[in-house]
Amino acid sequence: MDPIVETHSNRKTKIKDTDSVVVRFSGDSGDGMQLTGMQFTDTSALLGQDISTFPEYPAEIRAPAGTIAGVSGFQVHFGSKEIFTPGDQYDVLVVMNAAALKGDLARLKRDGVIIANVSGFDSKNMKLAGYPEGSVSPLEDGSLDGYQLFKVDIAKFTKEALKESGLSMKEIDRCKNMFVLGLLFWMFDKSMEFTIRSLNEKFGNKPDILNANITALKSGWNYGDNTEIFTTRYRTAAASLPAGVYRNISGNQALAIGIIAAAEKAGLSVFLGSYPITPASDVLHELSKFKANGVKTFQAEDEIAAIGAAIGAAYAGALGVTTTSGPGMALKGEALSLAMMFELPLLVCDIQRGGPSTGLPTKTEQADLLMAMYGRHGESPLPIIAAMSPADCFDAVYEACRISLEHMVPVIFLSDGYIANGSEPWKFPTEDQLKPINVKFVTENNNPGGKFLPYKRDERGVRPWVKPGTRGLEHRIGGLEKQEETGNVSYEPRNHERMIQLRAEKVAKIADTIPLAKLDSGNAKGKMLVLGWGSTYGAIKTALIDLHHEGYDIAHLHLRHLNPMPKNIGEILKSYDKVLVPEMNGGQLRQLIRAEFLIPAEGLNKMQGQPFTTEEVKNKIIELYNK
Amino acid sequence: MDTLTSNSAPVKLTAKDFASDQEIKWCPGCGDYSILKQVQTVLPDTNLPLEKFVFVSGIGCSSRFPYYMSTYGMHTIHGRATAIATGLKVANPELQVWVIGGDGDLMSIGGNHFIHMLRRNPNIKLLMFNNQIYGLTKGQYSPTSEKGKITKSTPMGSLDEPFNPAELALGAKASFFARTLDRDPKHQQVVINRANGHHGTAFVEIYQNCPVFNDGAFFIYTEKDTKKEECLFLEHGKPLIFGKNEDKGIRLDGFKPVIVDLAGGISHDDLWIHDESDKDKAFLLARFADMTHTHMPRPFGVFYREDRPCIEEDFERQLAEAKLKKGRLPLNKILSGDKTWTIA
Repeated sequence: MDPIVETHSNRKTKIKDTDSVVVRFSGDSGDGMQLTGMQFTDTSALLGQDISTFPEYPAEIRAPAGTIAGVSGFQVHFGSKEIFTPGDQYDVLVVMNAAALKGDLARLKRDGVIIANVSGFDSKNMKLAGYPEGSVSPLEDGSLDGYQLFKVDIAKFTKEALKESGLSMKEIDRCKNMFVLGLLFWMFDKSMEFTIRSLNEKFGNKPDILNANITALKSGWNYGDNTEIFTTRYRTAAASLPAGVYRNISGNQALAIGIIAAAEKAGLSVFLGSYPITPASDVLHELSKFKANGVKTFQAEDEIAAIGAAIGAAYAGALGVTTTSGPGMALKGEALSLAMMFELPLLVCDIQRGGPSTGLPTKTEQADLLMAMYGRHGESPLPIIAAMSPADCFDAVYEACRISLEHMVPVIFLSDGYIANGSEPWKFPTEDQLKPINVKFVTENNNPGGKFLPYKRDERGVRPWVKPGTRGLEHRIGGLEKQEETGNVSYEPRNHERMIQLRAEKVAKIADTIPLAKLDSGNAKGKMLVLGWGSTYGAIKTALIDLHHEGYDIAHLHLRHLNPMPKNIGEILKSYDKVLVPEMNGGQLRQLIRAEFLIPAEGLNKMQGQPFTTEEVKNKIIELYNK
Repeated sequence: MDTLTSNSAPVKLTAKDFASDQEIKWCPGCGDYSILKQVQTVLPDTNLPLEKFVFVSGIGCSSRFPYYMSTYGMHTIHGRATAIATGLKVANPELQVWVIGGDGDLMSIGGNHFIHMLRRNPNIKLLMFNNQIYGLTKGQYSPTSEKGKITKSTPMGSLDEPFNPAELALGAKASFFARTLDRDPKHQQVVINRANGHHGTAFVEIYQNCPVFNDGAFFIYTEKDTKKEECLFLEHGKPLIFGKNEDKGIRLDGFKPVIVDLAGGISHDDLWIHDESDKDKAFLLARFADMTHTHMPRPFGVFYREDRPCIEEDFERQLAEAKLKKGRLPLNKILSGDKTWTIA
């Protein structure tokens, strides 16, 4: 590995301290903006700042270059204060071409910084971005006067810096993003060390590429340092996060690790049946790295086979898991009812995206809640757990596995594209801090002197789990209605009704094992409650921090257990004059709450494939509060 | 990997030991009874105990099969038994997994899972009861019904070309294909035994009479007066001979099978000698059912078998290889990942 040269600034520039900054890297899908953003994030995290990220990319792998459809963005919010969202508006917008500027300018703060790649604003790029033929570049026409605009010919400088590298023009062009990263590191007074280290890991066996990337990175830094264009640098202190050891983690990574942790604590092997689908595929990729730990990942021929194979594995005694997104979830419905009827444990992860149909595959939404609740034939209630942030995917899926395994029931875990791809620092637990998960395979006949009773329940309504291969306990399970206890096929009318009730009661009784709901903030009684679930947590939390400063009497409750809900939910809801439910759907939780608790909950609903901004939540709260 | 709680049967089991206490509810005269009986007759010869077997089925008349076995079993959903069984076998390769399905279950709604199971080749026995009709839904045409079939749903005749199950299976890279008949218990037992002994997915098509909705569909192959002329029983290493007096043989003229009269001085050496490992010839045998240049007898027995790795073994191999290379990661290491930082 190359010795790392710490680059100190040669020049006296004004350094401004700032407690939080939002940077948006925006460019063509081929410009490497995701990688740049992730490197910038890792460095911020390793410097102890709190972070939240939001990668946003087009559904097409290589949408036409230069067009708005092809813009790929990575937003990172870092700071010395606690951060819960990727930020509503950008302080700094890096744009590699005209399309990126056109698409993202609206969310740049007034007086915000624009760093524009000049060559991305030539007449060809202007045309591709949809500017009228012959119009003056927005970099030149004065339209950006309210911002701090820095025009940098990134492509030219990168080319210049790498002219001796021996790389092709195409390869050189690909290093532009490192120039940008170097410049940003200079601007935010961040070390290049971590990035150089990770470049070494990535390109260790390709010295040409490695050196070119490092040269481009340092050139970017030096450009900032040597030219007189930039007059201000920004410095952000480490955040005062709780003491401990941290890592950066995305929602899908946390989900994968949570599944492994639950299996290990339960003494089981993981079997994942999955079919690739955005934005869930990363869970399949992640889990397939853990073969040494006995994790079996099965890429099935379709969504139905994926859940089918997981059900087969669950019958064999594994932690059966299937991961998908909305359209796949719809396909799994029939098999999910079978697993419910079998009363086998099964984890079904739905990483929601914009629907219906193919909808907005790479964008976020929370519109599968009612499908999770009701989207099956027959009376088939299932437990539902939702994660509220990237790192929280770990705790939430761990809880989903615990419920599934201890209660012999499929559990639906809901995440969404926003938190699945987003990342944040995570104060990860150690093995011994994890709650035990009790799984006991039955090996003794529960009906001495008679035949084993596969559907004889304990006081929680839970039936025994027996591994095939256990002598003397041979039994058949099926999708046909079963006689109570024996599990034999039964068409007896009252038995059917009783079995429906028993299966529903078993799910309802899970509420006995989950903690009572606790407010995230606010008073136990008062004027208004904001009730959230899932990935809206960050926006609601940030809005309430501001509103509490402003003296509003508002409480925040965020639901993890959506079915069954904690036992005190009704009581909490009735302690407030008004209840607001912000959701990235048409009002699905609101509908459940209204139906169950008969309260006139109000909604804030957004279905734009984008998460809520803090501002949107705040405005709605104030409006309803003052009504 | 999971280990079974026991590994040997103390006493040799009988066919009766494999029967459950549940009342069998197939129609009187249904071909399924015979298949159930032959499977129960063959299994004791495996010398494996009851608890090692899992019978998995989908939906349809034949799919009630697991309820009538005293082993472990799953009666699942339409068409998905093959997918569910694959997960079961991969999760615990020590189990003896059998899948039971009909022509509708496996070739229509379950067509996708069927072909993918064949190419993956888990060590699973797959019995398809082919009655060329939908029985449980009361008599609609199936994907193996002959074109033009008059049924409740096709009063003017069905419009779609049927599948040729042998051809489909071989095309999907089945490592074993055999065909047998419900009304020939002895042949059935031989074939089921061979399937059981095969290492990989053993796909057996069983012509099964549905006395209610498609009675007699296979009678020319099962009834005395026509059977010998219409059936060709395959035996590895033996020439293809059939006919009332074993007086007809099949010879290959290039790629074209030709029926020859053995009385005309043609010796056995001139005939097509069956070779179970020859896939090209297996395809030709599969095509007999559809050949138009001459009326060919219908082949029964093992068409084709090959040894190739089973997916559950490949899974175990990769797991072992990863473990050897990387070692099992402690959970704490998985939780921490590679890059961490400390906040004091």
